[in-house]
Amino acid sequence: MVAQDTFIGPSVDWFALSPHLVLVAGALFLMVVGALTPAWPRNLMSLTTVGFTVAAAVLSVFIWNDIGAEGPSAIVGGVLAVDRLSLFLTFAVLAATALVALMSDAELRGTDNDGPEIYSLLLVAATGALVMVGANELIVMFLGLETVSLALYVLAASDRRRSASQESGMKYFILGGLASAFFLYGIALLYGGTRTTSLTEMVTRLQSQVNIGGNDALVLAGLALMLIGFAFKVSAVPFHVWSPDVYQGAPSNITAFMASVGKVAAFGAMLRVLTSALPFYRDDWRPIIWVLAVLSLVIGSLLAVVQTDVKRMLAFSSVSHAGFILVGLEAAGLSAGESAMFSSVQSVAVYLGLYSVLVVGSFAVISVASRGGDTTLDGFNGLSSRRPTLALALTVFLLAQAGVPFTSGFVAKWGVIQSAVDAGSYWLAIIAMLAAVIAAFLYLRIMVSMWLRPADDNAEAVNVPGLSGIAIAGAAGFTLAIGIYPQWVLSVAEGILSLS
Amino acid sequence: MVAATSTEVAFPLLSMMIVVPVVGALLIAVLSNRRPEYSKLVALLASVGTGALSVWTFANFDSHSSGFQFTSQHPWIESWGISWHLGVDGISLFLVLLTGVLFPLAIVGIDPHNDDPRRDKPYFAWLLLLEAGVMGSFLSLDLFLFFVFFEIVLVPMYFLIGGWGYEGREYAATKFFLYTMAGSAFMLVSILATVFIARDNGVGKITFDLIELAEGANFAASTGRWLFFGFAIAFAVKVPIFPLHTWLPDAHTQAPTAGSVVLAGVMLKLGTYGLLRFGLYLFPEASYWSRSLWLTLAVIGIIYGAIAATMQKDLKRLVAYSSVAHLGFIVLGTFAFTSQAVTGSVMQMVNHGVSTGALFLMVGMIYERRHTRQISELKGLQHVAPIFAAAFTVVMLSSIGVPGLNGFVGEYLILIGAFLTARWWVVVAATGVILAALYLLWAYQRVFHGEPDEENSTFAELRVKEALVLLPFIAVIFFTGVYPKPMLERIEPAVNALIGHVEERTDFVEPQPAAPVVDDEVHSHGEEG
Repeated sequence: MVAQDTFIGPSVDWFALSPHLVLVAGALFLMVVGALTPAWPRNLMSLTTVGFTVAAAVLSVFIWNDIGAEGPSAIVGGVLAVDRLSLFLTFAVLAATALVALMSDAELRGTDNDGPEIYSLLLVAATGALVMVGANELIVMFLGLETVSLALYVLAASDRRRSASQESGMKYFILGGLASAFFLYGIALLYGGTRTTSLTEMVTRLQSQVNIGGNDALVLAGLALMLIGFAFKVSAVPFHVWSPDVYQGAPSNITAFMASVGKVAAFGAMLRVLTSALPFYRDDWRPIIWVLAVLSLVIGSLLAVVQTDVKRMLAFSSVSHAGFILVGLEAAGLSAGESAMFSSVQSVAVYLGLYSVLVVGSFAVISVASRGGDTTLDGFNGLSSRRPTLALALTVFLLAQAGVPFTSGFVAKWGVIQSAVDAGSYWLAIIAMLAAVIAAFLYLRIMVSMWLRPADDNAEAVNVPGLSGIAIAGAAGFTLAIGIYPQWVLSVAEGILSLS
Repeated sequence: MVAATSTEVAFPLLSMMIVVPVVGALLIAVLSNRRPEYSKLVALLASVGTGALSVWTFANFDSHSSGFQFTSQHPWIESWGISWHLGVDGISLFLVLLTGVLFPLAIVGIDPHNDDPRRDKPYFAWLLLLEAGVMGSFLSLDLFLFFVFFEIVLVPMYFLIGGWGYEGREYAATKFFLYTMAGSAFMLVSILATVFIARDNGVGKITFDLIELAEGANFAASTGRWLFFGFAIAFAVKVPIFPLHTWLPDAHTQAPTAGSVVLAGVMLKLGTYGLLRFGLYLFPEASYWSRSLWLTLAVIGIIYGAIAATMQKDLKRLVAYSSVAHLGFIVLGTFAFTSQAVTGSVMQMVNHGVSTGALFLMVGMIYERRHTRQISELKGLQHVAPIFAAAFTVVMLSSIGVPGLNGFVGEYLILIGAFLTARWWVVVAATGVILAALYLLWAYQRVFHGEPDEENSTFAELRVKEALVLLPFIAVIFFTGVYPKPMLERIEPAVNALIGHVEERTDFVEPQPAAPVVDDEVHSHGEEG
């Protein structure tokens, strides 16, 4: 940059930035007003958070329609992409954040944390996630990543009563910091290889370098390091080892947030970097994704089966789900950079959207059912006789995660497998489906314990707090509705036809 | 199978057969917990309604047409080229009818053994959902739709076995679920591959429509074989074909009686039906090419199932193993590729549903009275319950395949039809008929003959309600055995069309049996074909 006397900022399309601004405003509002006023009535804090996410979602709908008229764009000097992929994932992030906010009330009430901090941090993390899924520039992407991560480190450790939560936050912090370092180093090397950090710029530079033979080694090394960072964030095997401990230790609402928003943000960024900036290296990264996918699918499912703690089970199952999403990404790799890749990109986006609702729903039930903090499988014994509706809701979520028809999980799986088969990755598709069978055993184990085992005599009564109930019912209804009539979500996803 | 001969009707008859049970199940779900008896009533009404629709379909079925009738097609997931496409032809007609009739009988026939009647509510809801799934599988003419129904039946069955089964139910339910799901995993990939490969080989667009794919696609031989095996694994698990059968004895034995009746009666037929509809029809070349494998496995299944059945100590397990043997006959007929054999297979699917369904019902009745299924603990029931014994005898003889009863017609057609194309397999398979007589008669002897000991002397005679439930089974057993024409004339056109479809696409020519003058001549003609 040439030094200038006066700094002239880029022109900013404020409206396209409005979802981010609304979330930040929400975070600040909660912090300031929450600090200045006496204790809020129950549910209000949670509902305010939901209000801000809904406002952001409404604004996003307008932006979505604008893109239909004007085409995708990159705002703030080209660092933030406003296209339908980023907006679709924005919807997923906002929906998951709203559901998490709803279930948080029950999780927090009566604890030291019953205040604005958690909600505020959730909104901050969601803003970071929006930045990540839209980042068109690597430094901005890193900023988004750190915003999400820093908020999550604190959130994971937020349950001050339990040392497990502290431990979870600490582990996440140290390993997450390491992954961020890899990621940043990867950015540096990519910059060294292409002399730019803008994704749009990068692809044009690489295009000319392909012709003249540029510094390939730096780009490849950068790609490898960035993939390590991403694989950590999406918890793909072999970079998954943090996730079971962190998922188990963190409070259930935060685990839900990590499994949904965290995954959407990381996969959104990964998808964009690989398909938008590095399509010329698709033959290099596609095999890596293949290996990551197979390892995540198989090891995630196998290790999930042998767990005895439900939160750990779902942590490993989320590893296996990451494997499924990688299957879609691998398929996109066949034609990355061409318009043919968008059917795969759509399937990945749909998977992320549907899975985040599913997983928040699952954790919401776990949060309600294990209020005493007992998340072992035995704690779920006889849930069906204590709370039949709750057991039914968890059954819906589990069946959906297993990919049973008439649930959204089936639609999601069908989509990515379809992409894989279309791309000719038959073996990957078969491995994925067999891994799903192994994972199904895990979901059946939870169902067996809920429906077929008698409850302990001294089992605590399970009460479903209002807002959690709304979150669970909403998520379950969505899961079934999409399963029966998936066309509308597919139609929306079909809007993803170009990147900015 | 010509697509064009379908008759559109204004009333969505086939869709209603799926919707009615679902609505019934939802209704049960919202019923009050305090009046459990209503749930049974709703279940009965919904299943009788569905049964009435299936009977109406049967009555209005055009027996001269080989195509799909009563079709209805609505776009469902347009983005993926998937439609709600239903239809019925001679092959599926009787399976639909069997499903429609068997469910009300299973619902009314025997209550789940439960101390707490409030727990019956979900039982009936699951049964109705199961009916919807099975109906949907038999009626679907869209690969996606079929897969969805084929897969969804696992869920209600899992809960039926797990929730109302016997002592080993947890293990049996989980094993059943995982086994079948693993098979389906291959089918799912195969379905998708079929659709995409067909797009580039003759069909020209992405569609999951069975008829468009079967008539339009032109797979290279090796591709078609891979695809076929993906489907075949799923069906082989479901049938089950030896050596993928190990889930069956567990599931059958541990399931509640209604579950066993439905499992044996209609659910196993999903596999054999699938082989005909999605194996032979969609991949004629691959099916014909791999016939020796299937014939061999079928014959092994027949012999193995029969021998294993002979050795069982548990009456229900004995019937379960007899299913393995009987389904071996159906697979044998299917892969013999002659009109007679395939017709016999379709018939035998129904016959097996009737006779084995009735056997499971009666074993359930024995269990209700004696709380045991062990053959060694039962003795001399014939003395205390002669009518019960008589009914059991009729059903048993039908299962053995005694002339004059329904089992004979199907088995005979299969053996005689397959003799032309698969002679040596038939020679071995025929001994299975003898073995069937061995294990069933021996079991009958041990359970019903002799002097009843103290515990068995109070065995109650057949009640009126039970008799009314068994009556339709026995009526069908006799009627079909004596006068199979109404069935045959409806099945044959569709089967002939299917064989024609295979002949068109392979070098297979159906051997025509000559006029039976001398035995030798029949053989030589058969060989020339």
